[in-house]
Amino acid sequence: MTPTTPIKKGPNLGAIAVITVAVAANLALSWLMAQWSYGWFPPQASTAAPYVDNLFALETGIGTFVFLGCTGVMAWSLLFDRAPKYDESYGAPIEGNTRLEITWTLIPTVVVFAIAIYSMQVNDKLDALGPKHKYAIGSDPLVGAMADPRATVGPIDVIARQWSWEFVYPNGVRSSELHLPINQRVNFRLISEDVNHSFYVPAFRLKQDIVPGSVISFSLTPTKEGRFRLRDAHFSGAYYSQNQTDVLVQPQSTYDDWLKTTAKQPLQPGLSPGNELYAKRLETGDRGWATVPPAPPPMVNDPGDASIPHDA
Amino acid sequence: MTSTNFDPRILKAPHPVPGAPDNWKRFFSINTDAKVIGIQYIATSLLFLLVGGLLAMIVRGELITPEADLVDPTVYNGLYTMHGTVMLFLFLFPVLNGLNNLLIPTMIGAPDMAFPKLNAAAFWLVPVFAVLLMASFFVPGGPAQAGWWSYPPVSIQNPLGHFFNGQMLWLLAVALSGISSIFGAINFVTTIIRMRAPGMGFFKMPLYCWTAWGAQTIQLIGLPALTGGAIMLLFDLSFGTSFFKPEGGGDPVLYQHFFWFYSHPAVYVMVLPVFGIFSEVFTCYSRKPLFGYKFVALASFGIVFLSLIVWVHHMFYTGTPNWMRILFMFTTMTIAVPTGVKVFAWVATLWRGKLRLTTPMLFCLGGLVNFIFAGITGVMLGTVPIDIHVGNTYFVVAHFHYVIFNAIVLGVFAAVYHWFPKFTGHMYYEGLGKLHFALTFIGCTLNWLPLHWAGLLGMPRRVASYDPEFAIWNVIASVGAFLLGVAAIPFILNMVSSWARGPKAPPNPWGAIGLEWLLPSPPPAENFEDDVPTVLNNPYGYGLDQPQVADEAFYVRRAQEA
Repeated sequence: MTPTTPIKKGPNLGAIAVITVAVAANLALSWLMAQWSYGWFPPQASTAAPYVDNLFALETGIGTFVFLGCTGVMAWSLLFDRAPKYDESYGAPIEGNTRLEITWTLIPTVVVFAIAIYSMQVNDKLDALGPKHKYAIGSDPLVGAMADPRATVGPIDVIARQWSWEFVYPNGVRSSELHLPINQRVNFRLISEDVNHSFYVPAFRLKQDIVPGSVISFSLTPTKEGRFRLRDAHFSGAYYSQNQTDVLVQPQSTYDDWLKTTAKQPLQPGLSPGNELYAKRLETGDRGWATVPPAPPPMVNDPGDASIPHDA
Repeated sequence: MTSTNFDPRILKAPHPVPGAPDNWKRFFSINTDAKVIGIQYIATSLLFLLVGGLLAMIVRGELITPEADLVDPTVYNGLYTMHGTVMLFLFLFPVLNGLNNLLIPTMIGAPDMAFPKLNAAAFWLVPVFAVLLMASFFVPGGPAQAGWWSYPPVSIQNPLGHFFNGQMLWLLAVALSGISSIFGAINFVTTIIRMRAPGMGFFKMPLYCWTAWGAQTIQLIGLPALTGGAIMLLFDLSFGTSFFKPEGGGDPVLYQHFFWFYSHPAVYVMVLPVFGIFSEVFTCYSRKPLFGYKFVALASFGIVFLSLIVWVHHMFYTGTPNWMRILFMFTTMTIAVPTGVKVFAWVATLWRGKLRLTTPMLFCLGGLVNFIFAGITGVMLGTVPIDIHVGNTYFVVAHFHYVIFNAIVLGVFAAVYHWFPKFTGHMYYEGLGKLHFALTFIGCTLNWLPLHWAGLLGMPRRVASYDPEFAIWNVIASVGAFLLGVAAIPFILNMVSSWARGPKAPPNPWGAIGLEWLLPSPPPAENFEDDVPTVLNNPYGYGLDQPQVADEAFYVRRAQEA
């Protein structure tokens, strides 16, 4: 169908000018939004973080352009195509435009595939996930588990429980907070002793679920000194939200000293926020809905200190 | 295209409930009239919208401060689990099935659904599993606490060791809900394929029927996986099997595949009919044909197909091998294309229309803006590296609610207003409707827009307490949530008072095109009875000056005289 209004001869200069200004404004705003998006994240503390933030900025820019483009056209219609009161007439009876429809099918296809290919490259750079090794419950999980040959630190065993974290270093030291040397590729073996958990450090932009019955090899390279939050990011029962600890990224020498001195410390109960809360609950009459009791606190050489504020 | 000729007289099922069909008691009895069942579904589900909303407000009340100080964390976990379950299985699925019951037969000129008794059975399973689910609040140990995903092993830990426990009742309820929805799907798909009026080929069918058909096709393919998964989990919980227990050689990740094979497409089951509603409402209140009708119709089935091959994007960080993550990232990204086709078509439909900002139009416009936003965050989540960072954080919760509430529920409200005069025979109050829209749009934006930032900063979902740096986003969100609670007041007031004493509705108050608008308001029990119209032209012929059906004047006159 053709529109009912007569088609003017020659280019409609007014329309071209309006569209040019609108597209330019949209591009400028989208570029600004992409720049702002870097401020929406915690600090970049691993080699993965800048790649993730760049990808997010790109998607924010494209997304803003699409959003403002669509809502801008809608706003134009809302401003200038409103029916006056009691106007019962019809709008322009346009049933479609095949060329336009093919265009708005092909362009988004190209755009999303371009984003996907770029994401695939970013995903290669993250290079975090190693092999998953299934073991029979009751057997030693670490027999047959593979380590990352490119890692210079580790493997550090990460043991997640309802609701505590325990880290076991290659020299046998155990701790409640994770200590890592800066700028070294570190390999973890992620183990759960009960339900699903997830190893998530927002400042690293990395997350990996921990599945009971499997040991998952996981590697990353911290790049910024500081104390960062490590959160359980997979619902794990009653005190799930308390199941957090800190990652301390330290200079190599500090890390080495810590390993050496901590090895001499006796084992003592580590951080176990679930146990404290559960004890409080029992004291106040065990009200609330049912929960499994928390696992006993892990016995560690360095229990850490939950009262120290984290950087991110 | 094919057109099915049928003789409506063979479908005249006897209505087993005695008494006059206009008696109000029919809404409280087992009835096989699709229009009665539709209203039963919608009324029941709106009641549970209030229940789910109340649970949500307690959840947001807890989250207004960083500490877990309002309720015990176990109670919090139970409340958010039941919030999600009630909203999906007792509000959204039933309300959409209610709209299907009202709209599909009337839009295609059928006297009723293909299997009226199965239809009643599907509905009456809803109160049965609703009672089971509500009863779980009162069993020792409280209701299910493992979230609406109910992932093992946490879901089958059964702390008290009782045979009857909240999780068991939850799984029974979900399995029954699955069976109810499969009954419904068989009915809707059969009705659409077999019972269209003469002349109504597939490409003369209203968009709502296309999208409902697509959605119900997903139900038929996907629901057996979820229902089977729920039953296997029930056996693990109650009868000692170990499908998903690692200590018995099972695999907890297997459940996640069963769950998401259905539960990702389930979002499309809910959003597709709302795409249909958008198409009906935008054309009607823009006074224009739908831009690219055939493209939009076919895109529905593009979405159906793609929705079935994207589920692993919920499992990018569960240890899924890299090649599989990449594969599912590509399928996920592709789904933006047919969805984009629809969005662009609606925007083009508004262009150069004669826009009337009635309540349903406002809800659809708000819903579309939110849906475009949700689509963009959806593409972000579809890319593996972003998902690894923001997956399982409030970014996902915000994205999900932008789809499910800010787009889908706004569309459902639009439908309730748009077809209210048709099926109740009364007009609603426009002023209250617009107030409802304003409160809802402001409330839902305050509630979910800020939570994107909480997620980007690393606030995990499902937490009862959180680090203080997330407080600001949560305070704004809670204010928005309470505002949504306030928004329910003008809505309830409008629905109840308009149905009781609203002005009498003419057959076609909006000047809309569609078979249902050729019927009296409310339509008689068997819709067109013995005079099923013959469809001549495409739907949405606004301004094209062509008759929709043969002998249109006869139907218009008959509806007015009724």
